[in-house]
Amino acid sequence: MFGRLTWSAIPIDQPIPLVAGAVVLVAILAVLAWVVLAGHLPYLWREWITSVDHKRIGVMYTLLAMVMLLRGFSDAIMMRAQQTMAFQSQGYLPPEHYNQIFSAHGTIMIFFVAMPFVIGLMNLVVPLQLGVRDVAFPTLNSVGFWLTATGALLVNMSLVIGEFARTGWLPYPPLSELTYSPGVGVDYYTWSLEISGVGTLVAGINLVTTVLKLRTRGMTYLRMPMFCWTTLASNLLIVAAFPILTATLAMLILDRYFGFHFFTNEAGGNVMMFMNLIWAWGHPEVYILVLPAFGIFSEVVSTFSGKPLFGYRSMVLATMAICIISFMVWLHHFFTMGAGPDVNAIFGIASMIIAVPTGVKIYNWLFTMYGGRVRFATPMLWAIGFMVTFIIGGLTGVLVAVPPADFLLHNSLFLVAHFHNVIIGGVLFGAFAGYTYWFPKAFGFRLHEGWGKAAFWFWLIGFYVAFMPLYAAGLLGMTRRMQHYDVAAWRPWMMVAGVGAVLILIGILCQIMQLVVSIRHRAELRDRTGDPWDGRSLEWATASPPPVFNFAVMPDVAGEDAYWRIKAHARAQDLQKSGPDYRDIEMPRNSPTGFVCAFFATIMGFALIWHIWWMVALGGIGAFATFVVFAWRDHDEYVIPADDVARIDRANLAERRAGMQLEAAAP
Amino acid sequence: MSDQGFEWHRRSDLAPGDQEQRGVGLKLIGYLTGLGLAVILTATSFFVASTDLVWEPSIPVAIIVLAIAQMGVHLVFFLHITTGPDNTNNVLALAFGLLIVFLVIAGSLWIMANLNHNMLPMDQIMRMQR
Repeated sequence: MFGRLTWSAIPIDQPIPLVAGAVVLVAILAVLAWVVLAGHLPYLWREWITSVDHKRIGVMYTLLAMVMLLRGFSDAIMMRAQQTMAFQSQGYLPPEHYNQIFSAHGTIMIFFVAMPFVIGLMNLVVPLQLGVRDVAFPTLNSVGFWLTATGALLVNMSLVIGEFARTGWLPYPPLSELTYSPGVGVDYYTWSLEISGVGTLVAGINLVTTVLKLRTRGMTYLRMPMFCWTTLASNLLIVAAFPILTATLAMLILDRYFGFHFFTNEAGGNVMMFMNLIWAWGHPEVYILVLPAFGIFSEVVSTFSGKPLFGYRSMVLATMAICIISFMVWLHHFFTMGAGPDVNAIFGIASMIIAVPTGVKIYNWLFTMYGGRVRFATPMLWAIGFMVTFIIGGLTGVLVAVPPADFLLHNSLFLVAHFHNVIIGGVLFGAFAGYTYWFPKAFGFRLHEGWGKAAFWFWLIGFYVAFMPLYAAGLLGMTRRMQHYDVAAWRPWMMVAGVGAVLILIGILCQIMQLVVSIRHRAELRDRTGDPWDGRSLEWATASPPPVFNFAVMPDVAGEDAYWRIKAHARAQDLQKSGPDYRDIEMPRNSPTGFVCAFFATIMGFALIWHIWWMVALGGIGAFATFVVFAWRDHDEYVIPADDVARIDRANLAERRAGMQLEAAAP
Repeated sequence: MSDQGFEWHRRSDLAPGDQEQRGVGLKLIGYLTGLGLAVILTATSFFVASTDLVWEPSIPVAIIVLAIAQMGVHLVFFLHITTGPDNTNNVLALAFGLLIVFLVIAGSLWIMANLNHNMLPMDQIMRMQR
């Protein structure tokens, strides 16, 4: 009846996951109870869960990322604690639990923190920057988000029902094959990533189409803000690379469920084919994450320096060059696994070449700041912190791109330090910069600057204290994923790294405080003008938060830095006095398709993990039926009458004028 | 979402299936031509594989050529890829896709061949383990 699922799946004998799971469960139940009892459920269902508005979906993606960051970080601090304690002893985590923790940490941080964070920001901002009313496929957008949430839910279920993979964040065979991993851990991994991978793929298709097909009048390719360009490149990579991940994991699933021999040791299977395919996805994935962050920094640096982006066209060229070259370097992840010197040399050189367009970008940001009137607001602090940190990470990256050096450093803590250096210093700092920068646009009030700056400094210093020691320990020969160790020389570095993790924890607490304080003081932090940072692109031309239709009248674009030109024009003419010509606007109807689809996908995924075949059929039929019902709908749009549009827009314009005059009056 | 802003793009840049302004008769002729060509190419590949009229070592090459021609027929007659200015995006997307597929497949073949070449034969590995 319930396949492999029995009461023994609940880890009664392991207090740590059980207590953690219980606390999370109680927290979720408490929130649900509060939502239902306070009568917020209809509102949530109407305005958020079934929403097809790109802004709402973007916010939900970002929220998912931030919640999962807490989960991923608790894994991180547990590992750091283990390694400070486990010198010539077993520490407090048994090996099988420790292995699950580092696997879950990597999986969650990449797939359910970094990915949703950047996709969320792209969803929120790109249609606004392009001057359009929604993404190309609004309902598909909602489906993509909810499928990602399904994946995150399945990974977290593994905490209390069964176990998670013990294979590392990429389940290398033969360890991940049935012979060596007979439990459900690898199945949790594969099915949650298959389902959320579909979600990511549809998000990618959606955003590529949006950028290529829906731009406002006059928004030619070379007038798009940099963030739109990096979004295009990143989503092209998603469309090209994620099918490889899906196919590779599908082959692993066939091995595990149906006795195939793609990656087994016997019967003609080839383990190295898994390494090859997973990294043919894995390396583009790195750039899928970091390119949007580069876009965010471009926007932030240009806005807070009060200058157009230096070398816009070279930036576009560098972005697209990275987009192509990122598909030519994947072997550098397994230099040591038996390739000959010719292959290693070619891929090593390609890996060094990809650093060149990245270097171009760094110089462009520096020259954008040069001669500008730089304002050191929180987003700009993250950008400067990024530049310093990312250069260190990039240089160590070029170092390990040299095959002979990589033979010494492969799978050492040096490597761990390197990729945390680029992912935290690049992607996460970028996500935080974007979060602070666009928060007022999404919610209509700014985040508190003091707490934001405190969070930045704790994160920055904490990062250096936590990860620079890992470089040293790696050079001393310490390998990654060690549950315990006996070398006295490594111990001090592990103690320092533990202190760094605590500093980062304080940084995260500051961010939570920042959110709480900002919500409580939202009246003082209100952004009435819709343009709190003196921005340059079209998202600042509409109100904060934007009305559901984004723009009452589709903006006309005459050059780069579209909103900057509009502002200059408006100042010259003492603000636009004549009202625009308002018309009816058709907007897509909200739809529960995404949520219902993901509900059935969750059932199906869970059933597949535990071999409950009748439930698999139930989930599959349910998801397909949802799709059919959606395809048969008659009314998919509703009309906002011109009068309503005019009323909403006039109120916005009045606020904006008042705000601009207030600012002009202030010293 | 029908706004003039989008109409402006439609004129300069068509999505697949957008350009159906021609008469039904013309469209039908196009599809029938495509079908005819596809059938001929398929039949030819079956014929080449089963006959001894063709020099034997050239059969794989002939089948590859026929397969590529088949792809071309599908792209032109069914997916309506043209060289016109309204098709730039579609052609670029196709080129990008082809490039990535080429990089991944050629790279994988090269890497795997190189790994197999560098690997010791199985009996020697067994001897080393003893």
